Amino acid sequence: MAAKSFSARVTVTLKRGVLDPQGKATQSALGSLGFEGVGSVRQGKIFDVELTASSKKGAKEALESMCEKLLANTVIEDYDVVVE
Amino acid sequence: MKACVVLFPGSNRDRDMIAALTSVAGEPPHLAWHKDTALPDCDLIVLPGGFSHGDYLRSGAIAARAPVMNAVAEAAQRGVRVLGVCNGFQILTEAGLLPGALMRNAGLKFVCCEVLLSVANADNPFTAKYAQDEIIHCPVAHHDGNYFADTKTLKRLEDNGLVAFRYAQDTNPNGSVNDIAGIFNDEGNVLGMMPHPENLIEPAHDGTDGRRLFEAALNVVEMAA
Repeated sequence: MAAKSFSARVTVTLKRGVLDPQGKATQSALGSLGFEGVGSVRQGKIFDVELTASSKKGAKEALESMCEKLLANTVIEDYDVVVE
Repeated sequence: MKACVVLFPGSNRDRDMIAALTSVAGEPPHLAWHKDTALPDCDLIVLPGGFSHGDYLRSGAIAARAPVMNAVAEAAQRGVRVLGVCNGFQILTEAGLLPGALMRNAGLKFVCCEVLLSVANADNPFTAKYAQDEIIHCPVAHHDGNYFADTKTLKRLEDNGLVAFRYAQDTNPNGSVNDIAGIFNDEGNVLGMMPHPENLIEPAHDGTDGRRLFEAALNVVEMAA
């Protein structure tokens, strides 16, 4: 099967229960700016990845493997892969 | 015993580490580069502090996937002693050679100060020259030193004496859980720590509390004066 090009977005966020001091500081700054009702801010990372694979499923599997091996630290982070 | 210091692009405490090892061992350590696939024959591998690969992605994350780390992991498995200080500790956790992770300091600021450490387990090749629960001085300089591990891992560390050093007397500078400043692996031959013992080696450093760690790690017997 010919390789096709895919665009994907990988979102990496801290696991629930892992303290996020940067998110907390941002939440506090939003409060200082007068934004009311912000209950929680959690900071994460987004990776936009262009890749070739034989199928959409193959692309997703490759990206999940990339997350496990490098893009996320699974001790503290969760990841989500969306292939367009 | 012979040491080997592993250099990564962005290591910046390597010279201090080389000076410390040279002072204690009486001969300079071997040097290895992050692209090396094999290490020189040695008894102690040291990953020094710094900002390997600019701390891109996560501190230590890129360095942990460098070719040399396969050789470090293989040596660790054979029982060779491995010490990671500061960024070296971050690299060891990212490489899976030590459990847990080092997150952004709880205060969000880079901390550069002296802390007090208590020796939490002196029954180990790295800490054998300290007394159990001895309090020592040590400098820290880091942005991501906030040690985190899940409750199950923490319990395993605590139950098995795998905590090497703790920040003592309210000097925890980064929010590390259980005041953890350094940990051993299960086998006890890998030590990661955020503080910099290599900076307290000579009397001119205003203290020599770090020296005994290297003497122990290198099995150096001090000559009676």
